[in-house]
Amino acid sequence: MLTVKGLNTEYPSQKGPPVKAAQDVTFEVPAGKFFTLLGPSGCGKTTTLRSIAGLERPVGGEIVVNGRTVYSSEKKIFIPPNQRNFGMVFQSYAIWPHMTVFANAAFPLEVRKTKMTKTEIREKVMRVLSAVALEQYADREATKLSGGQQQRLALARALVMEPELLLLDEPLSNLDAKLRDRMRFELKRIQRELGLTTIYVTHDQGEALALSHEIAVMNEGRIVQVGTPREIYEHPRTKFVADFIGTTNFIDGTVLGMDNASGRWNVRTPAGDMLVHAVQTLAPNMAVTVSIRPEDVEVFEEAAPAGSGLNLTSGMVDQKVFLGDFVDFQIKIGEFVLLSRAHPSMRTPIGDKIHVRMNPEKCVAIPDISSARSAA
Amino acid sequence: MASVENVSGNLQTGDQPVVKADPKWAIMGGVVSIVAWLALVPLVFLIYQSFRTPGTARKPAIWTLGNYLDAYSNSDTLVLFANSVEFAAGTAILALVVGTALAWMTERTNTPLKPLFYALSIIPLIIPGILFVVSWIFLASPKIGLINLALQNIFGTDKVYVDIYSMAGMIWVDGLHYAPIAFLLMTAAFRAMDPSLEESAMMSGASMWGIFRRITLKLAFPAVAASFLILFVRSIESFEVPALLGLPVGIQVFTSAIYDAIHSYPSNIGLAAAYAITLLVITMGGIYFQSRITAQGGKYSTVTGKGFRPRTIDLGRWKYLTAGIFVVYALMVVILPFLVLLWSSLQKFYSVPSMEALRNVSLAAYVTIINYPSVGTAVWNSFILSIGSATTVMVLTAIVCWIVLRTKIRGRFLLDQLASIPLVLPGLVMGLAIMVCYLTIGGGIYGTIWILFIAYVTRFLPYGMRYNTTSMVQLHKELEESAAMSGASWFTSFRRIVLPLLKPGLLAGWIYIVIVSVRELSSSILLYSPGTEVVSIVIWEMWQNGQYVELSAFGVMLIATLFVFVMTAQWIGKRFGVKET
Ligand SMILES: Nc1ncnc2c1ncn2[C@@H]1O[C@H](COP(=O)(O)OP(=O)(O)O)[C@@H](O)[C@H]1O
Ligand SMILES: [Mg+2]
Repeated sequence: MLTVKGLNTEYPSQKGPPVKAAQDVTFEVPAGKFFTLLGPSGCGKTTTLRSIAGLERPVGGEIVVNGRTVYSSEKKIFIPPNQRNFGMVFQSYAIWPHMTVFANAAFPLEVRKTKMTKTEIREKVMRVLSAVALEQYADREATKLSGGQQQRLALARALVMEPELLLLDEPLSNLDAKLRDRMRFELKRIQRELGLTTIYVTHDQGEALALSHEIAVMNEGRIVQVGTPREIYEHPRTKFVADFIGTTNFIDGTVLGMDNASGRWNVRTPAGDMLVHAVQTLAPNMAVTVSIRPEDVEVFEEAAPAGSGLNLTSGMVDQKVFLGDFVDFQIKIGEFVLLSRAHPSMRTPIGDKIHVRMNPEKCVAIPDISSARSAA
Repeated sequence: MASVENVSGNLQTGDQPVVKADPKWAIMGGVVSIVAWLALVPLVFLIYQSFRTPGTARKPAIWTLGNYLDAYSNSDTLVLFANSVEFAAGTAILALVVGTALAWMTERTNTPLKPLFYALSIIPLIIPGILFVVSWIFLASPKIGLINLALQNIFGTDKVYVDIYSMAGMIWVDGLHYAPIAFLLMTAAFRAMDPSLEESAMMSGASMWGIFRRITLKLAFPAVAASFLILFVRSIESFEVPALLGLPVGIQVFTSAIYDAIHSYPSNIGLAAAYAITLLVITMGGIYFQSRITAQGGKYSTVTGKGFRPRTIDLGRWKYLTAGIFVVYALMVVILPFLVLLWSSLQKFYSVPSMEALRNVSLAAYVTIINYPSVGTAVWNSFILSIGSATTVMVLTAIVCWIVLRTKIRGRFLLDQLASIPLVLPGLVMGLAIMVCYLTIGGGIYGTIWILFIAYVTRFLPYGMRYNTTSMVQLHKELEESAAMSGASWFTSFRRIVLPLLKPGLLAGWIYIVIVSVRELSSSILLYSPGTEVVSIVIWEMWQNGQYVELSAFGVMLIATLFVFVMTAQWIGKRFGVKET
């Protein structure tokens, strides 16, 4: 459905070389899927989205939607945004303040080449407004809407044109936390119901994990990993991804060798030797970082129930923080401090001994960049 | 495709790129050419003229440096220069002191009558400069001035207490005239100042005076310096005051010298051009330093864009003093000048107020004015010119601003500079440049109303730029981009999104340009011909003819009309939710 190939977009800068905001961005989105560009602020998500929209003119690459090339540096094609028929929701919503709610939503139908009658427009707009629960506000001044309503109006305006592609730039970031949670569900429901191919931009990993069929994590203008939310969360390919998607423990280690019993690699770390899950090929003596999420570090007051092929160790409670839904323990294993997220019923006092169990499936070994290169 | 503008490029799909003729490029190209013509061509002709001898039927014009030699070998030029600087600096200081005091009182103290004062601050704008000067002649001339007569009556002498025909008088009148501008500039400066900077000084234990001296003044310094330069430039460009108050007693400044050179016989346009270029250099210097200071002022970063409502200082009993200052200011700038005009308009012959004169009150002068031959034409001309030039300027500059702020066309900042060039041209110099230009290239424009139209549009381009820039920078780019994403063409999005959203700013700018067009004298005076007089010219002619009573009646009617216009415009603005910018 959408294919982006080798996309490069630059901004001229006052002095010095141009800012390379998107570099070699390549990905593919099947029809009807919800695809998210995720990354820290300034990594080039908006630039990528705006290049797809046609609001920025890339310097290289190709963008094809439904077999129609909308941009190609090679074939010298650039279709202006107003002829692409993509719906877009801007971060500021860009609701036109001099128009009513209805007029905002009707605008795309009024300006299109194929003219529609007034009644057709009315019918379509009202259908879309009721889909976002705004039908009773149709005649209201657009500026009189609350933040959440404006956001839904922006969505309605993008939907009414029956776009080939829906582009969303951090649409939830201007809402307060409660509303954000509600709109997240709304957005997901509408997207799934309409089956619209959607490109979503956010810096919030929770949002990305909750909404997407697939996520592309970006850093410094490049895509570093593409995968389903589960793949990205459980099996990050780089330290950056592991760190960006939620809190994690990083344990530096060295590969000892293959453990014949379990068929897993064994890694020597300051927290003891452990069996790990490897996303990339490892080799003995390779320097790796083991990433494990705090909630995957199980803790027990008594010796943990043994299980074959599980990593077992023990340490001392160094600090703990009660956070309501859970309690965070900092556990000292030798000199190493491991973070564990446990059920609030765990009450082990500071200074006491505590037992730790980690499933090797959740201990992801990420080769350090330099040694990964030499091993390859 | 020379452009790197990318909001809507113009390549089509297909095997071969097809260039589609977008009307947008034609519109933008046209606008840029018009602005370039208006801003540059007359200037070139002015410079050219300053190096030419006067051409006559027997002796064609040739290249010469004589105009500059005449202008600079003359010891009078030194006097001219000293006079101009003295007059402009004095005026700027007086206006700045008055304006700053008023701005501080309205913005930072609990002085009573503040709302009234805000309402009053628009009025000076609608009193044309020439009427203001005339009314002060009625008030303070040595022979007929009411102030002298009143004092002489009280003390039983015939001593002349105040003489408006002097350098001090000139500074007094022009300083008062520019005080409202200083007030507006300094109000903006006070509003842009983050009060928490002063408050934290207070928390550090600084005294009131210490805060004022070490924080407020330091922070306000860029604004004060920039305002001084703006006022200096404005005063050195002043024409009405030097012409009416200075020329009769031989105090010449550059503007009156230019006027004199043109109106002497035989008229010496080359010399006028040489003076004009000198004046231009001074104003350019002033504007240049002003923009430098303003740009550097950014480092104080007191402007955060938030609307502060600072705590006001409780003046205690002193607030009656400050309220008194308001009243005195209002008397000097609005009430006395208007009343004296009103009084003289109700007389058959100009006479000072007395019981006897009161019995002679009549509306005869108003009847005369209504039947006066050139008044009807002048009113019509002014009406057409002000509406026409205000509309033209606002539309032209809306497009120019859009190009400057929204496209990535190379050299777009030059366009901004280009449209601001007229700012450095004093009205009289602009008039001279346009006169020389269209006399030289012909085309039948000189002598028609079109030459006034061209002059007004050129002169007021920078104002249009200012109003449009202010509103367009507030217009979020995404509002237009979402129109493009909705499938709207550039033209549709400009018409249906950009223009309506700019409407408050456009309207405010339009009203302002209408008013300044009606007041315009210094360019018109070199460009009008019989049949193309405007209202300020009629007033000027009446003054020259000594028709004081008729002049007053016409002045009163003009002020009343402008007042009704401004009030209506504001009322309409409020009804349609248009906010003052
Ligand atoms: N209009 C612009 N001009 C110059 N640089 C820009 C512009 N927009 C973005 N950038 C730069 O490009 C990089 C990527 O920006 P952006 O795509 O907005 O990031 P994100 O949306 O991921 O926060 C940043 O370094 C940013 O400073
Ligand atoms: Mg962004």
